[in-house]
Amino acid sequence: MIEVDRLTKHYGPVTAVQDVSFTVEKGTIVGFLGPNGAGKSTTMKILSCFMAASGGTARIAGFDVFSQSMEVRRRIGYLPENAPLYPDLPVAAYLDFVAEIKGVPRRARRGKVAEVMERCFITDMQRRLIGKLSKGYRQRVGLAQALLGDPEVLIMDEPTIGLDPKQIAEIRALIRSLAGQHTVILSTHILPEVSMVCDGVIIIHRGRIVAQGTQSELVEQVFPTSRVAIEVGAPAEAVEVALLGVPGVLRVAVQETRDGAASFVVEASRGHDVRGDLARLVTSRAWPLLELHQVGMSLEEVFIRVVAGEEAAESAESVETPTATAEVA
Amino acid sequence: MRWWPVFKKEMRLYFGSPVAYVVGTFFLVISGWFFSQILLFYNMSSMQAAMQPQMAQSLNPTEGILRPLFSNMAVVLLFFMPMVTMRLFAEEKRAGTLELLLTYPVRDGEILLGKFLAAGALYVLLLGLTLLYPGMVSYFARVEWGAVMTGYLGLLLLGGTFLAVGILLSSMTENQIVAGFATFGILLGLWVVGWGADFAGGTLRTVLQYVSITDHMDSFSKGVLDTKDVVYYVTAMAFALFLALRSLEAKRWKG
Repeated sequence: MIEVDRLTKHYGPVTAVQDVSFTVEKGTIVGFLGPNGAGKSTTMKILSCFMAASGGTARIAGFDVFSQSMEVRRRIGYLPENAPLYPDLPVAAYLDFVAEIKGVPRRARRGKVAEVMERCFITDMQRRLIGKLSKGYRQRVGLAQALLGDPEVLIMDEPTIGLDPKQIAEIRALIRSLAGQHTVILSTHILPEVSMVCDGVIIIHRGRIVAQGTQSELVEQVFPTSRVAIEVGAPAEAVEVALLGVPGVLRVAVQETRDGAASFVVEASRGHDVRGDLARLVTSRAWPLLELHQVGMSLEEVFIRVVAGEEAAESAESVETPTATAEVA
Repeated sequence: MRWWPVFKKEMRLYFGSPVAYVVGTFFLVISGWFFSQILLFYNMSSMQAAMQPQMAQSLNPTEGILRPLFSNMAVVLLFFMPMVTMRLFAEEKRAGTLELLLTYPVRDGEILLGKFLAAGALYVLLLGLTLLYPGMVSYFARVEWGAVMTGYLGLLLLGGTFLAVGILLSSMTENQIVAGFATFGILLGLWVVGWGADFAGGTLRTVLQYVSITDHMDSFSKGVLDTKDVVYYVTAMAFALFLALRSLEAKRWKG
């Protein structure tokens, strides 16, 4: 549904996005993840046909965002960062304006506006001026205008920024409910959001894509081994030697030793659950088994690993060739 | 045509906020003040003319009331029109709503047209209300309606040009104050540049006279419809709108 090929954008001498390529399948929700100033918003602005790219191409539903911009614009709903709206218009009047400009036929307009208001839970607010609404409601109005015209693709830039936890949960549930009928690409710098809402993840850092795939793919890619935490009431050295003897175990690291007990992180090859073998080994030696559990590899760890890795590589490089990197939102 | 929703939205914003009412009130009060002063002066002149018959020959309501009224209104417009247009693009740029507007399936030209026509409609409405003045004159004296209509056509063209320049400046900045002041400055400059013609000679004199934005108004207010003046306003308007369109397009490259 969305195909981006070597997209590049320069703002004067500053490069905001460099050779970004990715595809998004129909009906999926993809999270665009990156620290502030990574180039997320720039990519979204290009995809939404607001801004022209300096190089590369982007196609939505088979149409080029630059040369067939009108066709693309008929098929997208865009929610820019901070949901810019007209504070002096009432909610319903604003949505009617959006429906009309998006070409919703006059007769269907009232029904469509009512429908998106219902969906975004703003029906009660329809007569209020947008400027008088709380941030959470304004964000929902922003989402409602994006949904008008039944776009195939929704592009949302930081849809949950500045909301309180309850509102965040509601907006996320709403976005989640869009999967299937709509293809969604959303940007965020909040990691749990991606785990909760998205099917796929694209990690972008300093204008370049550093990792992409589904969440489990990324975890596997970055952490090729699975890890198990174990605590045993026995001397550390003896346990370490014994643990290394278990088939599949690659590495054992002592975490902590105290009062004759020791805790370890055991790394084993992926797809090899060593917990049963570990438990059997410990009990066969008559050591008390105090704790045993799989260490989850969260997206957060993936992100930190990937971004830190990039930075380390870059700083090594930049000693010889200082490269211009962007800090443009 | 997708300019219609933009037009409607702008009208809603003009009349949903105090902008239209504030501009309308002061425009009508001030032009009304000018009208009453001109009328009183004309009244006094008529009294004198009654005593000096040779003076009465040069006295007629079109020359004595409407012509000075139109040129005074042109000056009032110079102050008011920048305030009508300054928010049109600057406000949307500052608030970020332009980013959203430019991703809807409408052409940049349609957005521009919708905004220009909305400002124009507000202006036509205000101008329409001033028809009361010639109406009142016609109650007491014979008015040449042809000359009145020509005068109004001139005001329409003049105001339209002011609006087009204002929209251009508004599309170039995200600061409304800057847009308003720059528009006012440029229009004032185009007005006073004509004064230089008195001291210039040859080609420069002709150029200065032609460039002056209010000089072209003069023949309209006399009831003369001169193609040269119509062409002046129409080209100035079209040129300003064309540049505004380019400025919107530039926004798409700069982000």
